[in-house]
Amino acid sequence: MNLLEILNILNASLLTQQLPLQKTVDRAYCADLMSDVLSFSVTKSLLVTGLTNAQVVRTAEMAAIEVIVFVQGKRPDIQTIKLAEEKRIPLLVTDFSMFDACGMLYERGLRSQFHHLNQEQFMTWRKESS
Amino acid sequence: MNNSEEGFFFLTGKDFTNAGVASSNLKGVLERRGVRQDIVRRTAIAAFEAEMNVIIYAVAGTMKYRITDTEISVTIQDMGQGIPNIELAMTEGYSTAPDYIREMGFGSGMGLPNIKKSTDSLLVNSVVGEGTTLEFLIRLKSGDKEQA
Repeated sequence: MNLLEILNILNASLLTQQLPLQKTVDRAYCADLMSDVLSFSVTKSLLVTGLTNAQVVRTAEMAAIEVIVFVQGKRPDIQTIKLAEEKRIPLLVTDFSMFDACGMLYERGLRSQFHHLNQEQFMTWRKESS
Repeated sequence: MNNSEEGFFFLTGKDFTNAGVASSNLKGVLERRGVRQDIVRRTAIAAFEAEMNVIIYAVAGTMKYRITDTEISVTIQDMGQGIPNIELAMTEGYSTAPDYIREMGFGSGMGLPNIKKSTDSLLVNSVVGEGTTLEFLIRLKSGDKEQA
């Protein structure tokens, strides 16, 4: 899914400037706990979150996350936006709630990294990864 | 030919504005060296978790790294409160973080387990009231530890 599609589906605004709009993501993950993001997210993914501090951008940088969407209309401060521009990570804001935003993206085909696993496989993976 | 490289960064406790800068710089060093992307990612994640621990819990600390042709070793040493029970701290979900840290998205008790998961070896030494030293190693040749 590409950045323009995400903007469109979530009726979102782009907060960062002068970043290429051609970005695409393969997977999505949502959390407000940054350690969960660092632990379970994958590269080339979209992060949906309600947290708007600079650590979210830092987390995305470390975890090689491509795009961040802030939900519930929450906007980060200007320093956080500048940091994201520097790290070339587009920031989006949508008025939808976390649940609805994720639901809309899912409905349009975006999936998590766990999607290919059935419940049993997921539980096995969870056991092995901890 | 000796192709090793080392350096270090200072970390300041409670300086949340610069939290992550050291790990970001280390990530940059690895990228410039052409280290494989999944290994860069694992190192950056482990370094960032460790850096956040210093920012959250300690007065100050350092992050030292050494990169050779075969491995990356990172040592994070802090002057802080120390960890009374390391085994407990290694348990997923165990945390002593105050609420304002949780509101920032950290302190959910995943830090040390996540560092262990991301690295090939991890050593934690801690003296209560003095500080903690955390040393992790990531092999450059390994390819089998990539996370799902």
